[in-house]
Amino acid sequence: MFESLSDRLSGVFDKLTRRGALSEADVDAALKEVRLALLEADVALGVVKDFVADMRKRAIGHEVLKSVTPGQQVVKIVGDALTEMLGGESELLSIVGAPPAAVLLVGLQGSGKTTTAAKIAKRLTERENKRCLMASLDIRRPAAQEQLRVLGEQAGIPTLPIVAGETPVAIANRAMAAARLQGADIVFLDTAGRMHVDAGMMAEVVAVRDAVQPVETLLVADSLTGQDAVNVAREFDRQLGITGVVLTRMDGDGRGGAALSMRAVTGKPIKLIGTGEKLDALEDFHPARISSRILGMGDVVSLVEKAAETIEQEDAEKMAKKMARGEFDLDDLRTQLKQMKKMGGMKGLMSMLPGMGKIQKQVAEANLSEDMFKHQDAIISSMTPGERKNARILNASRKKRVAAGSGTSVQEINKLLKMHQQMAKMMKRVSKMGARGMMPGPDSMPPGFENFMPRR
Amino acid sequence: MFKRKAKAEAKAEERAEEKKGWFQRLKSGLSRSTNTISTGIGDIFTKRKLDATSLEELEDLLITSDLGVGTAARVLKVLSSQRFEKEVDPEEVRRALAGEIRDILAPVAKPLEISPANKPHVILMVGVNGTGKTTTIGKMARQLKDQGKSVMLAAGDTFRAAAIEQLQIWGERVGVPVVAGKVGGDASGLAWDAMDRAMGEGMDVLLIDTAGRLQNRSELMDELAKVIRVIRKKDASAPHDTILVLDATTGQNALNQTEVFGKIAEITGIIMTKLDGSARGGILVACAEKFGIPVHAVGVGEAVEDLHSFDPAAFANALVGLEDIEGAE
Repeated sequence: MFESLSDRLSGVFDKLTRRGALSEADVDAALKEVRLALLEADVALGVVKDFVADMRKRAIGHEVLKSVTPGQQVVKIVGDALTEMLGGESELLSIVGAPPAAVLLVGLQGSGKTTTAAKIAKRLTERENKRCLMASLDIRRPAAQEQLRVLGEQAGIPTLPIVAGETPVAIANRAMAAARLQGADIVFLDTAGRMHVDAGMMAEVVAVRDAVQPVETLLVADSLTGQDAVNVAREFDRQLGITGVVLTRMDGDGRGGAALSMRAVTGKPIKLIGTGEKLDALEDFHPARISSRILGMGDVVSLVEKAAETIEQEDAEKMAKKMARGEFDLDDLRTQLKQMKKMGGMKGLMSMLPGMGKIQKQVAEANLSEDMFKHQDAIISSMTPGERKNARILNASRKKRVAAGSGTSVQEINKLLKMHQQMAKMMKRVSKMGARGMMPGPDSMPPGFENFMPRR
Repeated sequence: MFKRKAKAEAKAEERAEEKKGWFQRLKSGLSRSTNTISTGIGDIFTKRKLDATSLEELEDLLITSDLGVGTAARVLKVLSSQRFEKEVDPEEVRRALAGEIRDILAPVAKPLEISPANKPHVILMVGVNGTGKTTTIGKMARQLKDQGKSVMLAAGDTFRAAAIEQLQIWGERVGVPVVAGKVGGDASGLAWDAMDRAMGEGMDVLLIDTAGRLQNRSELMDELAKVIRVIRKKDASAPHDTILVLDATTGQNALNQTEVFGKIAEITGIIMTKLDGSARGGILVACAEKFGIPVHAVGVGEAVEDLHSFDPAAFANALVGLEDIEGAE
């Protein structure tokens, strides 16, 4: 999600890491790039200036100049500063007090409030066994209330029956009364999209807030937002008093500077991020992970968590045993590829791996997405069990047969075999060295993948 | 927003008397950043020369309007080549700045033209989620109908909950037929049916809604390409207009959106929505500079009359905080 920012910063720090000592001029050059990168990432100008000034203070001086590897030191300073700015620790929703507790969702038009309401309700129902009720106070946009009702049906969350002609405050009061009767724990109040400069509409939502006294007032904001993010966040917070931010469309290729801006001007935590159109595409916001991803240091923690979710435990154990013995045949390769696909394909995976910012672009350009997996799967499927166990027996005539059977070419088979060989080699190395040897350097790719990159 | 002067405009003018004119609304919406910018300019140039420091400050002001670093730098380069180190007053700088921005925007300001030769004239609306495609279709349908055209709508967003209902309500409001299928149905199949019906019933205009999609989701972009292929099977010249709806609050990502939707959906025009907030939509200047795709209209509110032709001089003047924003030179 922050590819471009991490691209640029890793370019800056590549230069820095290659230098022995760090002069003030070096820091200035780096900071110029940092400023530009942050601005291109839509971080608000004022926030960028503060950040850069802070960085300069931290970077120039003996702390850096005396350190052994100044480049790494600067990377760490930038990373720490970004993490700090994003809020340090991740903060979760706090639903406290006597039920029913009201959660109010507010924001501009089209920021994703309704979908987010359903996502959070689904999550709290499933993970924390909360009884949720949802109500739409959007009496403006056609079919907005219907939208929430349908989402409620899909997510299995009850919604307040729609009564035409009610005011938002009346709907909110009815929702709270209904929740008390039904014994619901949390009431999600989805409001109409509104501009923070629209005094009438802002007064309306303030009236709703006063009526229900929400425990959480969440600003739902589009992560693709530009410089205006500061105005939106500041005004919603000033007029309404938000308790946190939910950033949507983090699965887009926006650089996400809005996250930094909103946090910086309101001081309110970003609590959750929306990462897709499906109702379970909602994740906790982890400042440290995001900032290390920004810096191209990779999001290894997320990767591991995602892997744990998708990879079947048994498969993983089997694989671990085989790897320990230094065995890795084509069937194993196929299992690996399938798991990669489950984990969001090549692009999703690479965005989480360290040092992958740059190749990600190449991957996107080479259009390596799902087709590649399909072809490789077809190739392996066209082999005999014997060939899969022992790839060395694949001679020219066998390769021709496999190519015909899978609708591919001998070249593609060779590429796959080469990738397999390299991965097998790596597996052996890993089993000898333990997992520490696995982290590729900043410019390397997972072994074998370079065969699929366009030639430079 | 459409080229032909029609009753609707006269009506709108009357409405503007009672309510606020759109320029007023645009201006009051713009006033926030306009204030920032114009106060900024005042601060910078009262009793000062246009030197490197003040240019840098001007650049900052343009950046906060989402023009982007590159575009802001280019605009200022032109400006400084004319006025560098000369005595200038804030008003003069503002005019010059507006002039530069207007010059970038002027070539792309093109109203949408409905050709009577097309039966129907097919307009496909595309964009990322939540930019305002459906609302814009509703407004366009009303304006076209007021011009005496027969209009049909196609509820091509088969994915989002209640998107079909949303368009159907617009259809009822405006009094135009809506072709709708099942939720979760095939969008290209729906487009086929809509083409069929619109051609059969001799409609002048067919407006096709599509589901919002992020441009980096290649499978969703493939689906959009398929919708277009299917439309072309019915009429090889269609869609006659493919309009990208851009949200004014969007930052630099709007450039990616324009590029990718341009490549895959061959967009022919842009409509920018939500200019009634505090976002300036400066990214439109960057888009105009980079892609030169026509800008048809701007949305400044949720009401039907809040969709207006794109006036580059007014837009530029409002952006830099000039008072007489209607007084385009």
